[in-house]
Amino acid sequence: MKSYGLRYVEEFGGRDLVSGLAFERERVVNRPISLMEVCGTHTMAVARHGLRDLFPAGLRLVSGPGCPVCVTSAGDIDAFIEIALTPGVIAAVFGDLLRVPGASGSLSEARSRGARVEVVYSPMDALELAADERKDLVVFIGVGFETTTPAIAATILEAARRRLGNFCVYASNKLMPPVLDALFSDPDLKIQGVLCPGHVSAIIGAQAYEPLVTKYGIACVIAGFEPADIIGGLIRLVVQVDAGMARVENCYPRVVTREGNQQARDLMFQVFEPVDAKWRGLGTIPGSGLAIRSRFKAFDASHRLGIKTGQVREPEGCRCGDVLMGRLVPLDCPLFARRCTPLRPVGPCMVSSEGACAAYYRTEGNRSTKSSSI
Amino acid sequence: MDKILIDHGSGGLLSQELIQGLFLKYLPTQRILGLEDCAIIPGRQGKLAFSTDSYVVDPIFFPGGDIGRLAVNGTINDLSMRGAIPFCMSLSLILEEGFPMADLERVIESVAHASDEAGVPVVTGDTKVVPRQKADKIFINTTGMGVVPDHVEISGASARAGDVIIISGSVADHGVTIMGSRAGLSLGGELESDTAALNRMVEGLVSRLPGTVHAMRDPTRGGVATALTEIAQASGVAMEVDEAKIPVKPGIKAACELLGLDPLYLANEGKCIVIAASDQVAAVLETIRSMPEGKDATVIGEVISGPAGRVTLRTRAGGARLIVPLEGEPLPRIC
Repeated sequence: MKSYGLRYVEEFGGRDLVSGLAFERERVVNRPISLMEVCGTHTMAVARHGLRDLFPAGLRLVSGPGCPVCVTSAGDIDAFIEIALTPGVIAAVFGDLLRVPGASGSLSEARSRGARVEVVYSPMDALELAADERKDLVVFIGVGFETTTPAIAATILEAARRRLGNFCVYASNKLMPPVLDALFSDPDLKIQGVLCPGHVSAIIGAQAYEPLVTKYGIACVIAGFEPADIIGGLIRLVVQVDAGMARVENCYPRVVTREGNQQARDLMFQVFEPVDAKWRGLGTIPGSGLAIRSRFKAFDASHRLGIKTGQVREPEGCRCGDVLMGRLVPLDCPLFARRCTPLRPVGPCMVSSEGACAAYYRTEGNRSTKSSSI
Repeated sequence: MDKILIDHGSGGLLSQELIQGLFLKYLPTQRILGLEDCAIIPGRQGKLAFSTDSYVVDPIFFPGGDIGRLAVNGTINDLSMRGAIPFCMSLSLILEEGFPMADLERVIESVAHASDEAGVPVVTGDTKVVPRQKADKIFINTTGMGVVPDHVEISGASARAGDVIIISGSVADHGVTIMGSRAGLSLGGELESDTAALNRMVEGLVSRLPGTVHAMRDPTRGGVATALTEIAQASGVAMEVDEAKIPVKPGIKAACELLGLDPLYLANEGKCIVIAASDQVAAVLETIRSMPEGKDATVIGEVISGPAGRVTLRTRAGGARLIVPLEGEPLPRIC
């Protein structure tokens, strides 16, 4: 790891800097403002650093559909389990997926029934697993947004180069701009500004938000993940909303450019093509998913194993969809901390380390008092 | 013979060879006590402490230690956390057929070193071998006994409002090292397990400052966060902890950022939380810091009256959040 990463943590997380920003923030919030963070890493950072405790009374921040595990449909989770239970197959997954419930249990439960599930940290780890276990078919379960997908594309190209016939990918990857479009077009949405994801923006570039701002008049500010990044981004959003403006602002220029990473996008679209995709709680959004192009069908698990994503009903009473659309804060979900806990989750937002409900549960506790109504 | 065979666990001649040629080479106390069905130990006065733990860590060798050292220190620390002075332990191995003999020797040598350093002898043991893939390389169980001096009453249920909360050194070193080695992460020399026996430090505390320490816990799996909530719950008190005061080494912090892990939830294997009367804080710190394993000890918070189990973290950014126990294995982030 390069040392600058740590320096940023210290510089952008320091109490003096943040309290300085907090002072600034007291000055700028003049009337109730509703903002949304769409990235799961932001959700977790806000919770972990106790930032909500620093917000003034008029500022409301809700979570959006940016936790890749949370937005994975129950039907997709069932497909993952079906893959893992197939004889001769090892499913290689990110650890976050293990406990996410589908309609027929979770991968973790499937493992106790004999499914072969290996936790990996990168798609390349799954490729190496395939190189080591030549008699088994290793299926990498692809979830994630534009940050994760280029690495999966690179892995497929590498598998092709090495002629590794026992490696393939089940792609459930998704794109950020189409879901934001779907979200913003919701007439019930009552947010004035969006804290845009830092990592995704590094790939898609600040320009990706420009058409959305023009179309919907919602302020978009790109921010990093340290406390001062987040508070700074929120202040810029408040300033815009107060001034009746809506434009794209990049408060994360040390990582994000206007153009983004063209090379990564080229890599992604060389291997994947946009398709309609089903999102947990949000339904099908046109052009919001990614499928492996037919040229690479040898590495496409849905083709090789004939897996089809079924139509599955969401768990009864689960309101993850409302949480993901910013219509409901976790504390107001009737299941929160009652029927739905991290140990026995009903919906995905309670499982993923970046899920809004898990973040609330871990840092606000299972308090029984309801938050103020939104 | 360079690999473990099923017959090494048969109780027959190969077992004898393993005991004579390997175990007794490094663990000579077994010879003194005789190779009988059990060890006979001279009787002890007072309250006995008794604890057992099994070790299945993967990888078995990691920067700063290995499964053998971990197995010795872990059980010693469990005894120490109640103020007991450990005096003997057992060593029980489950080996996978085909396990390299050289690795076994390395582990046993490490067990011997750790037991010598802590002054707690291994007095009895057992070995079983299971077929390939019925176990993963080597599993170790250690069980230890200790004696609790009459005046010592230390328990996780004895924290009182007004007490100070001390951590004996930096947190998350072991957890990050293990996760880092699994992820193939190399972050230079700083990524090293903190495995260490704490019995001498605890002995110093209870003998020099009787009655001062109310509660102790070694924050292993679940980390400092889980240990604090457990003590707060059992003692019927609340706690306030200051994130900026919790020591985390820079390399460990960087690895946590990279892997998306919270150092407060990661395992430590050579640290303890000490909850003590606040009027003795200087003496407690001085005693802990006088030992190499406690040189970085520091106060991280205080026990307050409030709802049982409620632990509030004042964050570095100046905000506040609750700390809740770990629910499952910490999972790395993916985005």
